[in-house]
Amino acid sequence: MTKILIDGTEVDVPADYTLLQACEIAGAEIPRFCFHERLSIAGNCRMCLVELKGAPKPVASCAYAVKDCRPGPNGEPPEVLTRSGTTKKAREGVMEFLLINHPLDCPICDQGGHCDLQDQAMAYGVDSTRYRENKRAVEEKYIGPLVRTAMNRCIHCTRCVRFLAEVAGVPDLGAIGRGEDMEITSYLEQAMGSELQGNVADLCPVGALVHNPQSYNVRPWELHKTESVDVMDAVGSAIRIDARGREVMQIEPRINDDINEEWISDKTRHVVDGLRLQRLDRPFLRENGRLRPASWGEAFSAIAARMKGADPKRVGALVGDLAGAEEIFALKALMSSLGVTNLDARQSGEAIDPAWGRAAYTLGATIPGIEAADAILIVGANPRTEASLLNVRIRKRWRMAPVSIGLILDEQPDLTYPYTYLGAGTDTLASLAKGDHSFLDVLRKAERPLVIVGESAFGSLAGIAALAKDVGAVSAEWNGFGVLNTAAARVGALDLGFVPGEGGLTFSQMLEPGALDIVFNLGADERVIGPGAFVIYQGTHGDAGASRADVILPGAAYTEKSATYVNLEGRVQMANRAGFPPGDAREDWAILRALSDVLGKRLPYDSLAALRKAMYAEHPHLAAVGQVEVSDAAAALEKLASLPAATEKASFASPVTDFYLTNPIARASRVLAECSGLARGRALEAAE
Amino acid sequence: MANRRLAPAAEQPQNFAFTSENADWARGQIAKYPEGREASAVIPLLWKAQEQNGGWLPQKAIEAVADQLGMPHIRVLEVASFYTMFALAPVGRFWVQLCGTVPCDCCGAKELKAALQERLGPPGHVTADGNFSWLEVECLGACCNAPMVQINQDYYEDLTPESLNKLLDDLAAGRPVKIGSQIGRVSSEPKDAVNTLTDESLFDGSRVGAWRKRFEQTEGADQGGESVKQDEAASTEARVKDETKPARPSAGRANESNAVDAPAERASAGQIPVKPEDRAQAREAKAPIAQDPAVEEDKALRTEPPQHPATVGAGDDVPEGENPEARADAAGTRPKGLDAPRDDRPDDLTKIKGIGPVNQRRLNDLGVWHYDQVAAWSPTEVAWVSAYLAFPGRIDRENWVGQAADLAGSKG
Amino acid sequence: MLADQDRIFTNLYGLHSPGLKAAKKRGAWDGTKFLLEMGRDWIIDEMKGSGLRGRGGAGFPTGLKWSFMPKKSDGRPHYLVVNADESEPGTCKDREIMRHDPHLLIEGCMLASFAMGAHACYIYIRGEYVAEKFALQRAVDEAYEARLVGPSNVHDYPFDIYVHHGAGAYICGEETALIESLEGKKGMPRLKPPFPANMGLYGCPTTVNNVESIAVAGTILRRGGAWFAGLGGKNNTGTKLFCVSGHVNKPCNVEEELGITFRELIDKHCGGMRGGWDNLLCSIPGGSSVPLVPAEQIIDAKMDFDTLRNLGSGLGTAAVIVLDRSTDIVGAIARISYFYKHESCGQCTPCREGTGWMWRVLTRMAAGRAQKREIDMLLEVTKQVEGHTICALGDAAAWPIQGLIRHFRPEIEKRIDQYSANPHMDAVPMAAE
Repeated sequence: MTKILIDGTEVDVPADYTLLQACEIAGAEIPRFCFHERLSIAGNCRMCLVELKGAPKPVASCAYAVKDCRPGPNGEPPEVLTRSGTTKKAREGVMEFLLINHPLDCPICDQGGHCDLQDQAMAYGVDSTRYRENKRAVEEKYIGPLVRTAMNRCIHCTRCVRFLAEVAGVPDLGAIGRGEDMEITSYLEQAMGSELQGNVADLCPVGALVHNPQSYNVRPWELHKTESVDVMDAVGSAIRIDARGREVMQIEPRINDDINEEWISDKTRHVVDGLRLQRLDRPFLRENGRLRPASWGEAFSAIAARMKGADPKRVGALVGDLAGAEEIFALKALMSSLGVTNLDARQSGEAIDPAWGRAAYTLGATIPGIEAADAILIVGANPRTEASLLNVRIRKRWRMAPVSIGLILDEQPDLTYPYTYLGAGTDTLASLAKGDHSFLDVLRKAERPLVIVGESAFGSLAGIAALAKDVGAVSAEWNGFGVLNTAAARVGALDLGFVPGEGGLTFSQMLEPGALDIVFNLGADERVIGPGAFVIYQGTHGDAGASRADVILPGAAYTEKSATYVNLEGRVQMANRAGFPPGDAREDWAILRALSDVLGKRLPYDSLAALRKAMYAEHPHLAAVGQVEVSDAAAALEKLASLPAATEKASFASPVTDFYLTNPIARASRVLAECSGLARGRALEAAE
Repeated sequence: MANRRLAPAAEQPQNFAFTSENADWARGQIAKYPEGREASAVIPLLWKAQEQNGGWLPQKAIEAVADQLGMPHIRVLEVASFYTMFALAPVGRFWVQLCGTVPCDCCGAKELKAALQERLGPPGHVTADGNFSWLEVECLGACCNAPMVQINQDYYEDLTPESLNKLLDDLAAGRPVKIGSQIGRVSSEPKDAVNTLTDESLFDGSRVGAWRKRFEQTEGADQGGESVKQDEAASTEARVKDETKPARPSAGRANESNAVDAPAERASAGQIPVKPEDRAQAREAKAPIAQDPAVEEDKALRTEPPQHPATVGAGDDVPEGENPEARADAAGTRPKGLDAPRDDRPDDLTKIKGIGPVNQRRLNDLGVWHYDQVAAWSPTEVAWVSAYLAFPGRIDRENWVGQAADLAGSKG
Repeated sequence: MLADQDRIFTNLYGLHSPGLKAAKKRGAWDGTKFLLEMGRDWIIDEMKGSGLRGRGGAGFPTGLKWSFMPKKSDGRPHYLVVNADESEPGTCKDREIMRHDPHLLIEGCMLASFAMGAHACYIYIRGEYVAEKFALQRAVDEAYEARLVGPSNVHDYPFDIYVHHGAGAYICGEETALIESLEGKKGMPRLKPPFPANMGLYGCPTTVNNVESIAVAGTILRRGGAWFAGLGGKNNTGTKLFCVSGHVNKPCNVEEELGITFRELIDKHCGGMRGGWDNLLCSIPGGSSVPLVPAEQIIDAKMDFDTLRNLGSGLGTAAVIVLDRSTDIVGAIARISYFYKHESCGQCTPCREGTGWMWRVLTRMAAGRAQKREIDMLLEVTKQVEGHTICALGDAAAWPIQGLIRHFRPEIEKRIDQYSANPHMDAVPMAAE
């Protein structure tokens, strides 16, 4: 720790702190544009200049380390002045330079209201201009469908360039030219190739890069902001849902260092228009092969008529990828009361039994824990498309210090970091376990190896678990065996035990033609129910599930309800309501509660609070929002390893074939459809 | 500096690849840098690509260099657009860069600028005949010889509007030109008034080793040790003399190719032979005349601009003003020509990058009508044509022979 | 006048061969092994004792700079990088060294690298110097062939030397920008600290020195730091290449003792002032980056670091630009301003935005199209740029203008008066350039 005087206040900070950090600790605010906590230091905007006693000129506090400050002649601590005349003059000068070529178009600028330049000009600038020459004009650049540019406004802080190069690992942006003609652009104005590109608009301190889909549409001060979590994948990124009236206008990232730091994927961000389009806003009934709008009463009585006297063995319930824990809990309670044991939520494969313990279906190492891993083996997953923010964390780990990463998958995708490609499937796994590949030594030598199993490799869990055991992935301090789920609802449903009961059919078995008479489908759209069954679909979008339905019960999307989600780490999180479901649509737990009444099996809770109370009583860990319940990893691994080994040969194919279109909401979005098209084009180009 | 953009797509070549010679050279450059630091070679490679492409850098070359060095395309574009010597759009056969910074500016660059403007039109445009384009650039670092221009790779110094116009006339007409000072200075000495460095003892070697006295005096007390030291030093000296045999450094260290065919290089070499073996022959031919090896070496290595460095062949002995054929005869052998094109259907030689209508006519005059004729040129014939067209090194650089072979192949 | 025997660059004008044999006769590579055997500390002490200050413009003591390199390697290689990106307007001295006396430079590289534990040296030559690049490469090849340098050489110190070239960017003369450029990036200066001696080329300890600073090392070590220190004055020792350009009768490069007076320099070597001494308007004594000094102050001034600093200017690279009374001095400084606008790398705000602003205002002023109050505004803008940038280019852009306003404010005012006294059509707005 080093002592340093900030405006006369002595603070004691670690020597490798920058002056900017030291100033913040001392409570002195330092304006900045180019500096960002999660990016490398550029020191180019010069806004953070402060006077350092004894230095010949003001220093950039974002880049100057406390340890580089020289103490006074008699050993007094170095002194920084953030309110002195020199500092003020430096700030005013830099601000004037930033503004001379900045257009005066704040009234039509989407950044207005949350613009760093605007705010800091008010706080640190002077009120008039002395610049009489013409302002610089810069051509707009096309850099992709998600980010609109207004390059006149650019202040060349290079945050966007650094983000793409460092965090996203797709260095598509650069600054060409030099001097005052320097321009930010992508190579020949090609679209950026990152699935995280929306973040550059968040990072832009001015209105040079703004979100294209909602441009000219929203002002920050008219938005109602709701903190929530994302359900586009199982990562559960922290988001803020901005709504105007009852309409969601935009989704922005929220800082959560445990999960997404402060980034979100483009799918998370730009699914917004999908929340409006293709919505189921009233119940429907199939009559004479066609769906017709109906009232709730008609829909419920049609279900009641069908259920009456039905054999519970011929009734089943499916849960899809986006359901909250509350409705799963309610559905399970309803089905149990009807004596139904055909329950399943494992849409992407039924290998995992929650009875093996929580460690068998979560990523126990947690996402921040990835930073501690010293060797990583990824089996049967493409983390970049299945869990982009988790991939960001792996990349961050690799950037901290190079780490050996192995991949077993049927393709060799660009994961944004180098990895050792081991092979495609079970054969590779077997030869790796035998030691035919030197990567086994890497894992064995590692103190904290991390094995991540994707859904496509669930069939080989036994072998992978044995390998993990062999390399010592699980110890008292380290849980290096993890499963990468792709659906937001999955871990919650497994926690709640939404799997076949005694003698119950599995997901696939229920889909078989004629397997059941009645199927209750809570938002499962990725697989099609075979002919024969009467299908009750409860969901939000007119997607595959709805088109196979005989009765449609319109539910609420994740932005329209308060619901609990458990992410792939097993972290319990709460989504919050930012608006109301459209039309006659209702919150899902309430629909189930009303239906239970009609079916004569009234669920014993009249409010969400009461439901949660009941749920917490059965599953106490769900009450601990934000936490990951520690489970016995060693036991789970033991259990997994003792399973019968897979005999079939297979290669592992990532379940996510199109990153942008993985769920009904995303498929309804036009923006994501455009992104998907572009990505396909890029893939074709690369294939050539 | 205005915005620098890549040339419009219509002017961009469809593809780019280093010639095999340049590819070797590029590998040599990359080898100069530690492993994993290949990106360091980006400027030399872009530079070579520009040279190969006739003086400007096309998009495909940027991509080729990026791919070779494992850099993202945008990073190489950043570099190409940052450094002003990369011309991103086509330039004239003679690319005139006029230094306009203060030392030149106050010594007449303004007048040169006006002369260029009048003669060649606005800066940045290639003249209709494809011969010239010009640009005012910042300090070229020949301030004691102001004002000056750089044409392609060579400096022309101490200019006036008249001498500049004459220079451009000569270049356009293919007449020999003198690189360097246009008023007879060797380099940056005061003209006709050198009053320093006249002491002959500086140059005859008589002062070598004189400094050692200082150590004898200061270390007089330790006489024995000193004498040993001296002996060692002396023996080192002797060894150096004995060991200056061909001890080319081992592989892994990149040597610049001695045979790079650039006028500036040849200017500094003082001679033209296109191939190293030719050069060796030329040296041998001179050897008997030389009395003192230093004098001989002097001839080979002097950087004083020779009188006709750009155009003349092996000898410095061709008098100025001699007709191009005589000049060319001194440089190589004249390629055989045809009296008329076969079947009266000459090939369009302008398809060869580097050949414009004027030179096509001149080649036709030599009886060169077809791609295969060009493709069959031997190095000495290339030297001859180079000298004849006053195109120092350009034929090799632009690989006319290779281009012609390709064209002949595609035609056949 | 400096005696010929005390000149280091004996082939400055290229009147003799630059080749190895001739260079040896002139004293290059004379007892290099002996010098190396004297040891690292001896070399650095001798260099310190010589009082040699960096010849690239900043004037930082060279021996001291060498001593900043870690004494022991921590596993990272050390590098010597020679800054041959000679681009400061008015400066053309390194060019002559590289094409006429390259062996002094190569020998200096060997000695300096040895003194700082470097086994590899990169010489970064500006891209425009094509002939110089080939001349230098030829000399390097000669040195390799004679086994003076190379992985195994007669000096028993493995040492590789590489010639690297740039492609036209003044800013690459700044040491960290040069390192960036050498790494294959845009030449954008780095933030300091960390300094190159800790984190330079490829993240390894690196020293960047000017060509002249390195090329004099061999001679200094042979003849002794004391010899060099005996030339010139206190703190301003030794000889220096002066590049005299502009309105003198015979512009030239010349090696002279530091502290020679301006008058003697011009009279002895440059054939005198064009039109006589009364015709002298002012001089920019150290390359375009330093403020100009008006005639009466410069005429008998000693040309050394401290005297010129006291005159509010600097010795810089000793590129003496002499301007006579025919010069449009406001226009000339506006041209210098354009140079800095053109060469600003664009990385940091004050320089990127300020250089263009200053140039535009000054261009108007050169024509008189300005208001008198804008003179003070311009001065203030230069102060807002100066000292607020990452590298010294911002300072270099500001100083010439400050010098102009300090000494020639009446001239600017006169032009404004003349312009406003005459009827003009409404000024056509300048196109944004």
